[in-house]
Amino acid sequence: MEITFREWWGIIHGLAFGASYLLAFTGGLLSLYSLKPEFLTAEGLKERIKRLNIWVTGMAVIAWATVITGTYIVYPWYRATPPEGTTDLSDYPRSLLLSIPEKAEWHKFGMEWKEHVAWIAPIAATVVAYVVMTYGPQLVKEPKIRKALINFFVVAFIAAAVAGMLGAFITKAAPVL
Amino acid sequence: MTSDTLLKNGRAAAALLAGGIGSLMVGLLTTLSEAVEFVGPALNWVKPVGPLSGKTTLAVIIWLIVWVVLNKQWKDRDVEFDKFALISLILLLFGILGTFPPFFEIFM
Repeated sequence: MEITFREWWGIIHGLAFGASYLLAFTGGLLSLYSLKPEFLTAEGLKERIKRLNIWVTGMAVIAWATVITGTYIVYPWYRATPPEGTTDLSDYPRSLLLSIPEKAEWHKFGMEWKEHVAWIAPIAATVVAYVVMTYGPQLVKEPKIRKALINFFVVAFIAAAVAGMLGAFITKAAPVL
Repeated sequence: MTSDTLLKNGRAAAALLAGGIGSLMVGLLTTLSEAVEFVGPALNWVKPVGPLSGKTTLAVIIWLIVWVVLNKQWKDRDVEFDKFALISLILLLFGILGTFPPFFEIFM
């Protein structure tokens, strides 16, 4: 059983950050949704806001870590051009996918969408984190802001989920070794 | 918290609208990079990463600049929050559309 250096980075980027992002999203969304006056006492609100800050900040930080490691560490290995005359393309996933007609769409559709849409997640997650940290307990009196944040939160999750799922499928079709 | 100390909604609106514009920039630069021949090479800022480096960095820079400017204008004001929240969400979704290959391939 062996895991290469590149595979470790793939695991950190996709699995460690991906699973943490999912956890932070779930915690953040539930905390944000339940931030309603009828659900909270003054003491409960303080505790809830503290927890919400942790979830949303965590989600934003994880989203940035995921796209930065993905774009600047893993992606260059994926898109590297093989030297002239290379016949074994297993170290060059992009070229490998494009060389097999049945698998080419994993790059043309899958990776093309993944590499771009993923960057929307940290932008949206940062907006949510900033507004939550800035408004704090006042959010309980601001149903319109809460609703707008939930919309952003869900879109951030959808963007990350699309990228994550495509990443898993692409890795199965042509892993970065 | 008393009503005297409540923050105006401008800061939230500025953050949301800037986020929508940042997302739109990701989509717009992705589409432009495919549609206009010189855009892709011009955005190849980090060679091993290719044009993705320029597209995403430029989108993030524009997002942050817009955010700073809007925040400065709106931070102590109440704005039409519903309107800006809706516009922000639409821009966010347009950003996703711009990154969708069947969409940007129309312009190739």
